[in-house]
Amino acid sequence: MRSKLNLRAGGLLLALPLCGCNGTQSALHAEGQAATALKGLILLIVLVCALVWIAVVGVLFWALLRRRTEFAAGNKIHDHRLRLAVYSALAATAIIVAGLTVASFYATRALYSSHPPDVIVQAKAQQWWWQFTYADSENRPLFQTANELHIPVGKDVLITLEALDVIHSLWIPALAGKQDMIPGRRNEQRLHAERQGIYRGQCAEFCGIQHSHMALVVVAEDEDDYAAWLAEQQKPAADPITAEAEAGRAVFLGKPCAACHTIRGTAAKGSTGPDLTHIGSRQTLGAGLLPVTRGSLAAWIADPQTLKPGNNMPLVPLSSDEVRQVSAYLEGLR
Amino acid sequence: MKQYPVAVRLASAAGAVVVLAMAAYVGWAREPRTFRLPPPLQAGLNDIKLMASGIGGAPPEAFFAMGKPYEAGSFELSQGKRLYSWFGCAACHGDGQGGKGPSFIDGWWLYGPGLVSIVASIRDGRPHGMPAFRDKMTADEIWQLAGYIKSLGAYSAHLSAPGRNDDKSPIPAENRAPAEILFDPGPTPHHPDQGPTP
Repeated sequence: MRSKLNLRAGGLLLALPLCGCNGTQSALHAEGQAATALKGLILLIVLVCALVWIAVVGVLFWALLRRRTEFAAGNKIHDHRLRLAVYSALAATAIIVAGLTVASFYATRALYSSHPPDVIVQAKAQQWWWQFTYADSENRPLFQTANELHIPVGKDVLITLEALDVIHSLWIPALAGKQDMIPGRRNEQRLHAERQGIYRGQCAEFCGIQHSHMALVVVAEDEDDYAAWLAEQQKPAADPITAEAEAGRAVFLGKPCAACHTIRGTAAKGSTGPDLTHIGSRQTLGAGLLPVTRGSLAAWIADPQTLKPGNNMPLVPLSSDEVRQVSAYLEGLR
Repeated sequence: MKQYPVAVRLASAAGAVVVLAMAAYVGWAREPRTFRLPPPLQAGLNDIKLMASGIGGAPPEAFFAMGKPYEAGSFELSQGKRLYSWFGCAACHGDGQGGKGPSFIDGWWLYGPGLVSIVASIRDGRPHGMPAFRDKMTADEIWQLAGYIKSLGAYSAHLSAPGRNDDKSPIPAENRAPAEILFDPGPTPHHPDQGPTP
C-alpha cells in the first residue's frame, strides 16, 4: 500500500514540471523568431548532453563489469587502444564544446536584428508593474498603457527597457529571451511574433515582495486588429454613460485617485500609478493579478494592500457607494 | 583529539544556543511593516488638534496607538521620501534647500518644528502658495511625508533613515545632526531676518 502511494506521489512529482508546458508562458512553445532560435539551442544542447551522458555512463558500466585480468599491464595492444580511446574522447570533448559554442553564437545572433523596427515601445519597469509608452515612427510618444503589450504579427517590435527603482527583467518566454531592465541604463529587446496569440510574460529578476505578481500580457494580433487597437488607445477616455459612472468620475477626480493616475481627457494627470484611460479594455489588473471585471476593480480599489501586499497603491477610504461608482466608471473606460 | 571537560562542552553548547536565539530574536523583533492601515486608524490620523495660530498642536490618539511610527520608522521615512518626489514637492522646495518655497534644512520652521504643524501644512496648505494635499493624498501618506520632511531639518540625530539616493546627495544625510553644522549652505541664502538658527 505504502509503496503504491509512494509510486503515485513520485509520479505526480515527476509530472509537476509538465504544468510549464501549457503554452502561454513556455520557452518550449516558441512563437517568436528569437524564442525559436533559443528553443533550437535548448534542444540541441539537451540532446548532445544526453548522448554524452549515455556514452559516459555506458563506459563506466563497462569498466565496472569487465574482467580485471583482460588488461594486464604491459600489454602493448591494449595500451595502444587505451591511448586511442583517451585521445578520441579528448578530441570529441573539444569538438562538442566548440560546436555548442558556435551554435550558441548563431542563436545569440538571431536574437538581435539590425533592421529598423516597425514598432517602438518604451517599457519602464517599476515595483511591481510595467509601464508601456507607444511611439510613432519618429519616436514621439503617442500614449501610455500598462501591463499589456499589443504587437502586430510578423513585424519587428523594438522595446526599449528602463527601470525606475530596482533591477527588473523582461521575459516573455514564448517570444524572446530575458533582458534585464536596469535603473539608469537603457537596454533593448526585440519581439517578433510569428503567430497570433496571447502570451504571458513575467519579471525574471527578483525585485521585491511582489516580484511574483509582476506579470504582463502580450497580445499578438494581425495588422488590422493592431491598427484598430492603436487607434482606440490613442483616444481620450470615453465619457461615462450611466449616472452611476458619472458619479464615479466625480469621486475619482475628487479623491486621491487622480493624484497618482492619469485618465486622458479628464483632470486626472498623476504619473505615479498606471495610466487608466482604457483600463476597461485591458485583460488584467494589478500586473496579471486579477482579470479586469467590475468586481475585481471594486475589490482592488477597496483594499489593494490585501490583494497585493506592499504595492504602492494606498488604501483610500471610500464609502461602499463610492467604491461601486468608481468601479462602474473604470469598467466603462474601454 | 583532546577531550574537553563536560562543563566546558556544555558551556559552549549553551553559548551557541544563546547566539542562535539572539539571532532569531533580532529577526523576529525587526521593525514590523504595516502595508494596510485600517480605515478607522486612517480617519483617526486626521484628528490633529492644531493651535489656533496654526503653529504646533497635539497629535491624534491614533498616532500614539500606532506607536508613533512616522518619525522613527525607516520604512515610513523611505515612503515619505518617495512621496516627496511623486507629489512634486521638489517643484517648490527643491532638494530640501528650498526654491520658490522655504527650505527644510536651514533650521528655521515657519510654523514650528512639530510633526503636527508639518502635517497641517501639507494637508490644509498654507498662505503664500502652499497647496492643500487633502484630496490628493491619504492621511497616512501625509504623515509619512511629514515625517520625512521633519527628518530633513531635524535638530538631533536619528537612528533611522530612508533609503539613500543613487547619485550623490546635494544635501546632508537625513539622519545627521544637527541641521546646520555639517554642510555648506550653497546658493540658497539664509534668512537673517528670521533670527538665529539652531
